Amino acid sequence: MSNDINVNPGLRESATFDRTTMAEIRRAADTGIYDIRGFGAKRKLPHFDDLLFLGASMSRYPLEGYREKCNTQVTLGTRFAKKPIVIETPVTIAGMSFGALSANAKEALGRGASMVGTSTTTGDGGMTPEERGQSSKLVYQYLPSRYGMNPDDLRKADAIEVVLGQGAKPGGGGMLLGQKITDRVAQMRTLPKGIDQRSACRHPDWTGPDDLAIKIQELREITDWQVPIYIKVGATRTYYDVKLAVKAGADVIVVDGMQGGTAATQDVFIEHVGIPTLAAIPQAVQALQEMGMHRKVQLIVSGGIRNGADVAKCMALGADAVAIGTAALVALGCNDPKYSEDYAKIGSAAGFYDDYQEGKDPAGISTQDPELAKRLDPVEGGRRLANYLRVLTLEAQTLARACGKNDLRNLEPEDLVALTVESAAMARVPLAGTSWIPGQQF
Amino acid sequence: MKTIDLAESSIRELNQALHDQAVECTEREWEVLNPKGQHNIACGLDQNLSVDIHGHAGYFCAGMNKKAHVVIHGNAGQGVAENMMSGTVRVKGDASQAAGATAHGGLLVIEGNAGARCGISMKGVDIVVKGSIGHMSCFMGQSGNLVVCGDAGDALGDSMYEVHIYVKGTVKSLGADCIEKEMRPEHIEELTELLNRAGLDEDPASFKRYGSARQLYNFKVDNAGAY
Ligand SMILES: Cc1cc2nc3c(=O)[nH]c(=O)nc-3n(C[C@H](O)[C@H](O)[C@H](O)COP(=O)(O)O)c2cc1C
Repeated sequence: MSNDINVNPGLRESATFDRTTMAEIRRAADTGIYDIRGFGAKRKLPHFDDLLFLGASMSRYPLEGYREKCNTQVTLGTRFAKKPIVIETPVTIAGMSFGALSANAKEALGRGASMVGTSTTTGDGGMTPEERGQSSKLVYQYLPSRYGMNPDDLRKADAIEVVLGQGAKPGGGGMLLGQKITDRVAQMRTLPKGIDQRSACRHPDWTGPDDLAIKIQELREITDWQVPIYIKVGATRTYYDVKLAVKAGADVIVVDGMQGGTAATQDVFIEHVGIPTLAAIPQAVQALQEMGMHRKVQLIVSGGIRNGADVAKCMALGADAVAIGTAALVALGCNDPKYSEDYAKIGSAAGFYDDYQEGKDPAGISTQDPELAKRLDPVEGGRRLANYLRVLTLEAQTLARACGKNDLRNLEPEDLVALTVESAAMARVPLAGTSWIPGQQF
Repeated sequence: MKTIDLAESSIRELNQALHDQAVECTEREWEVLNPKGQHNIACGLDQNLSVDIHGHAGYFCAGMNKKAHVVIHGNAGQGVAENMMSGTVRVKGDASQAAGATAHGGLLVIEGNAGARCGISMKGVDIVVKGSIGHMSCFMGQSGNLVVCGDAGDALGDSMYEVHIYVKGTVKSLGADCIEKEMRPEHIEELTELLNRAGLDEDPASFKRYGSARQLYNFKVDNAGAY
């Protein structure tokens, strides 16, 4: 339990009431308010690290690194849209709002994504000219709050993402605390400055999948059937949600697992609602396969993706692409130890900082404070993000080639084994060294 | 005047023809026949057109309207004029729930009654209802005006922000943080203008005004029960 070597070994920390738990009880007693924070789930969950690839050997032969081609290009929105989106790497940037993030951060995300030919996504609060200008492929989120939602921006978008939920808070609405509501943010959202903005958890003008089908038709009509329409859900009853999303007419489905990041949500929500990303993917793929729609309706997976291995594992389980939020912010400088002193001043530390809601981000990313925001140079940030995206792509390609695949999407569950019984059951791949998939009959 | 008969043309053909007017306007007056409750009629318009729909419309009629003047000579389904930006939409009959939802501008007139959640999350639109409105109307309403010449259902203005609500009849109950407010001369003036624009002959002095108590604008632990 204890990481502190100076603690007397005779003192034993409770596994149930550890120091974090006790600190939270004291915090609740002090304030009377639940803890609101950013970032994603911090508890340990079955995750991609619990899976391994079976490289090629005698029974499969590998492809030569650097020389033999391994395709990473993916086309999204082939079902109904006249103009599907072609991305050069299957790693996209997830929706993060202007308001939660500074204008510079949004611009940096757009620049980085455009450099490697992938898409970026708006968020709650609408589209800023900076991000439209810097994003060669921009997905416009259509959220319950409809803050800043306007048909001109809708028509400017390369795709529309109808957000039903987020992995960090399936069933919950959004929150942007007063500290971050500057004049510009307030004006974009038609709300008074400085108030806490609660975003609704349900869409105001439709309920249920039958209504959603009509809503999607409306969005298609307004955009003359040009652009793909995504549906984003937080991972919960993923099998059923994906079936209903296909039925409602989605071109692309985004499934965000419970590790997914957020700008501001109750801690109790982040840690206790939803299912891990690992568990959600096979459910989504099964639903698509049963409907004969796997690869026809593309699946984007997000929630805790950090490296090329995670990307390749998602693809092997059947995703067409992934989305990243937290990792992109880290690439821009979030939680960087170079700001250690500043983190200490606000009672946090590099590597632990999650108070995105407070708007005091020393790295200048999750803030609206002009002085802090200046710390992030959008050009430099964009370059860093592009580098990071290139590494993810190269890593995923390396693994795919080792498995003998000339396209990331040729990776398959058969290439994977699990390290734990839990991950084997969730990912539906055998426990390493066995042919046992818990829950499946032979 | 151009007539499109939905017994012969599809919604897609109708909307494309109307959208084409935003690029090059060749005809300002449009008439739609046989709507028969179909959804998404005349949505996404972006031109100073006048569109008369003869019959009942389904969901999201005139959704996201900009500049156009749309009249529904019948009833309208869910989400009529949702997210309207400008222009006017007039419903001669009744409107279903979420009329004018999230609309940012323009004028929505409903000559009959409106269902639940009329003006939900409204963001600057003016809505004038000659009849009554259903429950949870103006939920999280942000900006604009909501005028009701009849009665309002349960939980009017729940968690609302800066909308001005005027009701002539009774209000079944007020939602969290919504209170009755004083009718000052500037409100009489505002209401007179709204009624005039809607073409309704009502006495502004007979209305009561409701708005936000602004107690939920920033989280206070003492208000925990209201959240
Ligand atoms: C700062 C921040 C802001 C976010 N804002 C939104 C948003 O406005 N809309 C949305 O659908 N998701 C939002 N998300 C969630 C992301 O779109 C995405 O689902 C999540 O970050 C993916 O998980 P990851 O962070 O582990 O990569 C946000 C996430 C973060 C970290």
